[in-house]
Amino acid sequence: MVAKKSIKFIAILVLLMTTVSTFANEGGEDNQHHEKGNKVDTPEEIKEYIAHHLKDSHDFHLFSNNETGTHVSFPLPVIVWSSDGLRMFMSSEFHHDDNGHVIVEKDGVKLTKIHSKIYELEAGAEAVAFDEHHHAENAHKVLDLSITKSVFGMLIAGILMFLGFGALAKGYKKGPIPTGVGRVLEPLVLYVRDEIARPNIGEKKYMKFMPFLLTVFFFIWILNLLGLTPLGFNVTGQIAVTACLAIFTMIIYLTNGSKDFWMHTLWMPGVPYILRPILAVIELIGFVIIKPFSLLVRLFANMTAGHFVVMSLIALVILMKEAFGPVASTGVSLILALFITVIEILVAFLQAFIFTMLSSLFIGMAVEEHDHH
Amino acid sequence: MYNLIGAGLIVIGAGLGLGKIGGSAMEAIARQPEAAGKIQTAMIIIGALLEGLAFGALILGK
Amino acid sequence: MDTLLNDFSPGLFIMQTIILIILIVLLGKFAWKPILGSLATREDGIKDAIEAAEKAKLELQNLQADNAKLLNEARVERDAMLKEAREMKDKMILDAKDEAQVQANNMIEAAKHAIESEKKTAMVEIKNHVAELSLEIAEKVVRGELSNKDKQLQLVDTLLGESTLN
Repeated sequence: MVAKKSIKFIAILVLLMTTVSTFANEGGEDNQHHEKGNKVDTPEEIKEYIAHHLKDSHDFHLFSNNETGTHVSFPLPVIVWSSDGLRMFMSSEFHHDDNGHVIVEKDGVKLTKIHSKIYELEAGAEAVAFDEHHHAENAHKVLDLSITKSVFGMLIAGILMFLGFGALAKGYKKGPIPTGVGRVLEPLVLYVRDEIARPNIGEKKYMKFMPFLLTVFFFIWILNLLGLTPLGFNVTGQIAVTACLAIFTMIIYLTNGSKDFWMHTLWMPGVPYILRPILAVIELIGFVIIKPFSLLVRLFANMTAGHFVVMSLIALVILMKEAFGPVASTGVSLILALFITVIEILVAFLQAFIFTMLSSLFIGMAVEEHDHH
Repeated sequence: MYNLIGAGLIVIGAGLGLGKIGGSAMEAIARQPEAAGKIQTAMIIIGALLEGLAFGALILGK
Repeated sequence: MDTLLNDFSPGLFIMQTIILIILIVLLGKFAWKPILGSLATREDGIKDAIEAAEKAKLELQNLQADNAKLLNEARVERDAMLKEAREMKDKMILDAKDEAQVQANNMIEAAKHAIESEKKTAMVEIKNHVAELSLEIAEKVVRGELSNKDKQLQLVDTLLGESTLN
């Protein structure tokens, strides 16, 4: 069992890393060819479709028929902090436009949406002008506090956590053994406590960090799993989300660093005096930049790559239809997509585990007290 | 183009590293099956660190 | 890297920070604290229960050992009592025998005495009788002898003859 898991883990790791490069090469591409009324059926269009899915969006898009022009989606509120203050409206006012064609005017502020980003037009401008790189020339980005799809996903995850763990907490009032959903959740809580927090942080201090570790573990896990549903969330694949999580971890281990930790970081004992400042710089860079960066990039890249692979395999249906016929291409795509999705379920857990594990490891490093001097 | 070559080099390096970690972990587990849990945890941590490095390189090189 | 930075949405970052803080605080207060507290209490309870069971087991063992000891003691005591009783019985029999012997001896002695005294009395009586009888006979004989003069003389002669010899 253990060996099997490890092999799978390594296999998927290599597999996912190979896919990142593929994913890394698109982006910034022109999407002029994507006219309304066409099916998404060329490799370029599929790439663009996937890239679009990987980004955050302002409405909850389920599916659409480009031939008839019908979109099945529901709008989410847009909240932006423009140059003239807060503006709120529903994303349906953009009419599914993502290329800056539709301009919404709210109390003198002209807003438009280009590639899932809200832009505010400069004063006096009536339409968005693009330069040759398809960058808007007369508009600038605004602080976008909208309830986007990702925020919506986070809210769902938060509500799920409240319902589940609230029920578990309430269950303990009736008796020592939880009932219902608590039976599933309790071993997970115990797992985080006994396998992640306790051995890495230490018996004395782990209790203080349990709320953070538990919240982060279940938050990431639920969002990873939500991303595997056809609803199409890609919350943990948003770099802002993973950056926020990583910065939280960084702040926690920097603010809870023991005297010994700072001593070892800034003025390493047992090392020649000349080397100490150099070591301090290296250690500081390690703790302030490299460790949080590796945390945020790992989660982001894993989840993005996972989504990319699953969607690419589903897209095989279209790409292989010409060569193998509809039945064979659907079968191959289904089998491969199923296989990868099963592995993605494992990765969903593994990434939540690794994030929590490394967080507690770093926290453990920071709070550790050496007794040898 | 060079990006792709670089990505390939990163993946080769990371693959070698992961192979070494995984192989050593397997050997260790075969030698001491009762310590499988601890070895596995350590393996995952080192694998994650290596993965972070490789991803960092991939992202920076993009 | 550029694409990544371009994808980075400050708004999403802020929303995520707010949501995460709210989640940590609220879940910490309403879920994690009671859950971890209950788990700790339950674990302590289980630990205590195991310890109590261990203790009870030990006590039972002690009790059993005590019981065995008591049983042993009782057996020893019983044996001792039996032995004593046997000894007592033997002694009693012996004593009874001795006493009976003494009694018998006494009785025999008394009987002997009685016989002796009876015998003496009888002897005295017989002596008296014999004396009387001899006197009567002697009287009769003397009378008969004295009635005949010759014989008397003859007797005196014999007697004289005998005495001279002496």
